[in-house]
Amino acid sequence: MNKKAWLVLADGTVFEGQSFGAEGEVIGEIVFTTSMTGFQETLTDPNYNNQIIVQTFTLSGNSGVNNEDNTSDYGGAVGYIVREHCSKPSNFRAETTIDEFLKERKIIGLCGIDTRRLTRILRDKGTMNGKITTTEPVNPDLKEIAGFSPGTDLISVAEPAEFKAAEPKYKVALIDYGHKREIIRLLNMLGCDVDLIPFTESAESIIDGGYDGVVLSNGAGNPSELNEEIETIKTLKDKRIPLLGLGLGHQLLALANGGTTAKLKYGHRGANQPVIELETGRTFITSQNHGFIVRSIPDETGKITHVNANDRTCEAIEYKENPSLSAQFIPSDSGGVNATICFIEKFIELIK
Amino acid sequence: MALRKDIKKVLVIGSGPIVIGQAAEFDYAGTQACRALKQEGLEVVLVNSNPATIMTDKNMADIIYIEPLNLDVIKRIIKIEKPDSLLSTLGGQTGLTLSMQLAKEGFLEEQGVKLLGANVETIDKAEDRQIFKDTMKEIGEPCVPSKVVEDVESAVEYAETIGYPVVVRPAFTLGGTGGGIAADEKQLREISENGLRLSPITQVLIEKGISGWKEIEFECIRDGKGNVITICSMENVDPVGVHTGDSIVIAPAVTLADKEYQMLRTASLNIVSALKIEGGCNVQLALHPTSFEYAVIEVNPRVSRSSALASKATGYPIAKVATRIAVGYSLDEIINQVTGKTYACFEPALDYVVVKFPRFAFDKFVYAKKTLGTQMKATGEVMSIAVSFEEAIMKAVRGIELGMDTMTKPAFEKLTDAEVLEKLNDVDCDRAFCVFEAIKRGVSTDEINRITAIDKWFIEKFRNLHKIEQSIKEDLNEEIYIRAKKCGFLDSTIERISGQKLADKEIEKKYAVYKPVDTCAAEFAAMTPYFYGTYDEENEALEFIEEHNKGKKKVIVFGSGPIRIGQGIEFDYCSVHCVWTLKEMGYEAIIVNNNPETVSTDFDTGDRLYFDPLTPEDADNLINTEKPWGVVVQFGGQTAIKLTKHLTQIGANILGTPPDSIDAAEDRERFDALLEKCNIPRPEGTTVFTTEEAVKAAEKLGYPVLLRPSYVLGGQNMIIAHADSDVIEYMNIITTAKIDNPVLIDKYLTGTEVEVDAICDGTDILIPGIMEHIERAGVHSGDSISVYPAQTLTERVKKVIIAYTETLAKELKVIGLVNIQYVVHNHQVYVIEVNPRSSRTVPYISKVTGVQMVDVATRTMLGESLKEQGLPTGLFPEGEYIAVKVPVFSFEKLHDVDTQLGPEMKSTGETLGIAKTFKEALYKGLVAAGFKMKKPNGNTGVLFSVRDSDKPEVIELAGRFERLGFDIYATSGTATLLNRNMIPANFVYRINDGKEPNVISLIESGKIDYVISTSEAGRNPALDSVKIRRKSVERGIACLTSIDTANALAHCLEMGMSVDDVELVDITKI
Repeated sequence: MNKKAWLVLADGTVFEGQSFGAEGEVIGEIVFTTSMTGFQETLTDPNYNNQIIVQTFTLSGNSGVNNEDNTSDYGGAVGYIVREHCSKPSNFRAETTIDEFLKERKIIGLCGIDTRRLTRILRDKGTMNGKITTTEPVNPDLKEIAGFSPGTDLISVAEPAEFKAAEPKYKVALIDYGHKREIIRLLNMLGCDVDLIPFTESAESIIDGGYDGVVLSNGAGNPSELNEEIETIKTLKDKRIPLLGLGLGHQLLALANGGTTAKLKYGHRGANQPVIELETGRTFITSQNHGFIVRSIPDETGKITHVNANDRTCEAIEYKENPSLSAQFIPSDSGGVNATICFIEKFIELIK
Repeated sequence: MALRKDIKKVLVIGSGPIVIGQAAEFDYAGTQACRALKQEGLEVVLVNSNPATIMTDKNMADIIYIEPLNLDVIKRIIKIEKPDSLLSTLGGQTGLTLSMQLAKEGFLEEQGVKLLGANVETIDKAEDRQIFKDTMKEIGEPCVPSKVVEDVESAVEYAETIGYPVVVRPAFTLGGTGGGIAADEKQLREISENGLRLSPITQVLIEKGISGWKEIEFECIRDGKGNVITICSMENVDPVGVHTGDSIVIAPAVTLADKEYQMLRTASLNIVSALKIEGGCNVQLALHPTSFEYAVIEVNPRVSRSSALASKATGYPIAKVATRIAVGYSLDEIINQVTGKTYACFEPALDYVVVKFPRFAFDKFVYAKKTLGTQMKATGEVMSIAVSFEEAIMKAVRGIELGMDTMTKPAFEKLTDAEVLEKLNDVDCDRAFCVFEAIKRGVSTDEINRITAIDKWFIEKFRNLHKIEQSIKEDLNEEIYIRAKKCGFLDSTIERISGQKLADKEIEKKYAVYKPVDTCAAEFAAMTPYFYGTYDEENEALEFIEEHNKGKKKVIVFGSGPIRIGQGIEFDYCSVHCVWTLKEMGYEAIIVNNNPETVSTDFDTGDRLYFDPLTPEDADNLINTEKPWGVVVQFGGQTAIKLTKHLTQIGANILGTPPDSIDAAEDRERFDALLEKCNIPRPEGTTVFTTEEAVKAAEKLGYPVLLRPSYVLGGQNMIIAHADSDVIEYMNIITTAKIDNPVLIDKYLTGTEVEVDAICDGTDILIPGIMEHIERAGVHSGDSISVYPAQTLTERVKKVIIAYTETLAKELKVIGLVNIQYVVHNHQVYVIEVNPRSSRTVPYISKVTGVQMVDVATRTMLGESLKEQGLPTGLFPEGEYIAVKVPVFSFEKLHDVDTQLGPEMKSTGETLGIAKTFKEALYKGLVAAGFKMKKPNGNTGVLFSVRDSDKPEVIELAGRFERLGFDIYATSGTATLLNRNMIPANFVYRINDGKEPNVISLIESGKIDYVISTSEAGRNPALDSVKIRRKSVERGIACLTSIDTANALAHCLEMGMSVDDVELVDITKI
């Protein structure tokens, strides 16, 4: 039998299961995702920085881990909880197992617990902190767990990097708050040379770059605490540079335009989030993972174009004064007739 | 969008009798559709020829016709009822094809009827092979290289360009009927010829063989606005090459990385959008196992078996939503019933896995070819839900009721290692078990994968199960026990494998907990009471029970498991009705069943649904959580009845007939004693163990005799022996199978077989009807044409039957339903069998007599007497209508099965003819069952080949056909006999005579319309008579294996009726 491991929730609930991946202990915000595929993409998604992920689907790692499918080269979850992980994966691209992968990335894993019970606690009580440990927790310090805060440190490339399109027509900057590689791939595909630049870059130097437009990436954390980043965006906006905000970038752009943000009780995380395009009434299925949302945007600055079909929260905005738009989810071309890629296409219309 | 204003009255076409490839799933879909339409306030007109369905119940539609499903009948119904719309996509391929024909002929337009759920262009795009390929090409979705051909030569020509093997797929046939894989030209000629003949448009597709690729399915749904979603992905454990209906399937797909998953999901959505489907749609794809290459296999633009499975697997009611879309709603307007909060426009998330396991009839058809291919052979299936694949497959295996509780198939244990390895090459219904045996013999995963192409993931999971078995064997302890429970092992299995009792090892027994199926993986609180058992921490069912406690008494109804020959949809009908009555009576009704095709496993049928196997331990677990006041075993066929003994032992309150009576009816000695006490005669018989004893007993009783092993019920392995040689052959089969149980041998009495269903409340008895079989005793009651009310019985005989029924029911202390079979031999009534439970005739008798038998029986079980229910006692007065139930077979799907009817049941479904005269009812029943009423035209003939015992009667029969104008053909003995009796018969050679014309070439010549073939004995495919019958099936010629059936047919032909002459009966008005 495998080594034991425990999960201690901030409310004192303790789960006993088995350890896999890295050993040790880690505290983080515990969030659940209902995606049934793509555990590798999930674990390497910078939106999950400093978080512990619970996967509600009971089997993980069936297709193993390969060298191609990471969402990002850095960042991602610090802990991973699943009912069962697969030690004999089967897929032609599999290089290693999820267990090895977690060990390599120092992600602490816990398996063999009633993940549905855990999910229901998170659903009913809201997202909370927890600690995974491979040392039996005797009188755990709940205050330490509850009080843990990952801080507002964004992760980002250290130095700007260039990503050339095959047939370049435009040049855009992607401000990195913890970007997904998918964004660069789509921009390249649609004819944009992309300069990936750290979020610490000043507005002036971005303006000097002479970009056709600027994309604000996704990332993790509470947007309302990112004052400097919001200021940078305000400067870009005032210069009438076309902006596209995605995920965290969507929230920051709203804040820069006088909007407000809020935290959801337990977030939207999964591959089945329905989003309604208000103009047409069409619904699209999107893949999402975020805990914060845009709560409001002043009528004079922006218009909500998409809402979540389940809770009617804001999913996308079109701005009035500067040529910009934003979406809470990451557009994708893998969603079938899912027209979410049109956000990037619309952005390209703006920068033409 | 909302409900269309121009829809007020909708015609729904059902799928007809149950056949392989089109089973109970369409009763489930049709029932959902009818209810959804009625909820919208629409008037519903329903037509279906299958009386055993819930959808043909009086409260399901406003106007119900149980009539033959053919164009002429439906046209007449449309003219009478004047519906404004026709719903085409809920009645399987039968309903869809009929709808398309009506639309294409312009009839619908002419009558002002709108086609809902599909339009002709969409259906052609999806179903016409060439148009489909062109459409796929347009949108850039890859198809398997293929060509549509209309003759054999073109098929051969094309196959040479793409190379063998090739797959042959006939257009517009059910479950791939007539298709197959051809490895060379010879096979291709054979298969394509057959396929072309079976295709209504004489078209087959010749396709490059891609056996071994992964087979993935997506269930999709799209609305008129263009919203399109996938409900569920499914992966076949058996790779491409085995029909998906015959494959073990897991949902969601498990061996795909996200990239492949998204690629295939995108393809599915693109296809459904390009076809402009409005409703449910199934997309089947093949994925190369080591690349991103994929191909679209086929698309079903309607609800299907897969959509029923996907609905049960996810909790998303596809048929209901598809119906709403058809009448105008869009997905974002339809509330997700499960959460009550979210909308139908979302993709379900699962936090468990689902396994579907097919159920075959090969245990009955020992001579049938067990190989699987592109033509479906399974009669039914079970589904299991669990948190791991191991647990799910173990639940499925014990649920299919083949006497197994692990992946070990006892017969394989006897094979040598080399034989096991060799057997792995066979693509048949036992392959998964063979893989397991190979693992036990130390064959590597790579080697098994190389031979079978089954994904290594599954092989490794099977290997896990083997490892657990080994650790149970080596050192059973608490930790291993818990691991074994989580992997689906029963306590009894663990004890058997370890050879130790749990109690001796001081291991505390663990009970299962129950988790809900909620469509959203706990993201939202679920409102639906749909659960499955697993071994984990939290029992959500307990919470649910507490929160919804209304102080009612709880009753568990045990369902009937997978559909198989002998136990079909009728038991689901009974279970569902019992649940409804319990609810009406103020009880909390809890249903447990494991068949995803059925209405009983629709989550809104009972107060709670448990989707679990029906074994004693699974029952224990459920009782431990639910703590019911009572349990019901009477309605779930043999599956539920089998639980009686166990439930009694654990002290459950079995409602209705006491368990001891069930035993008394099944135990031969006790039953004989009972009959003796009541002075009721039964055919004389005895029990034997050896061949010598059997021969001696048979001679003493006098031939013919009926032989059957004592351990089986329902006619399995029964034969009628006419001579010593038959007895010896039979006893050899039984003794080689090393069966230790004795064989029962009875005097076989020829005579009229009569069947009675009755309800007893302990004091009084109500007999809704006495049915008489057209075929003499000896043909299984399920395969006989059954007539209500009995037509030929004298008043005296009827009185005796009523008296016997009353005596037996009371003596057996029956409370609820009882089914008794009699034979009337030389004017004397003998009892053949008593079944103190529901039977397959209950649905039709309920519909024809208006006595809601299950409802009445359930009330008596709860203590309400017949008198209190205001019902008469004794024989219920006969109404003005006569009903004839005609069996339907699936012989074209089961190669090498002899079609000769006998004591072993072979039919898969039934149709009903209802009319004011017997002749008309018989005519309707036969037409509904697919009999073609041929008019002689100078090139029409009937071939006779009958056994000696039938010869005296064949003269009269052949005379009837001769007078009708048919040419008569017969083999030597019969021909001589007929000619000697002044009936001109053409002489035909036997196959072995080596001369022309022989029986086979005559059948192939197209001169024969009916074949009448009876033979002394044997079901060995090598026999001449079996070959004649198989050839008839292949050529689609009606083959009658009983003189009585043939006489009934002659009777109809003599009337010279057509469907335009019959009265169409709305059964709600009976």
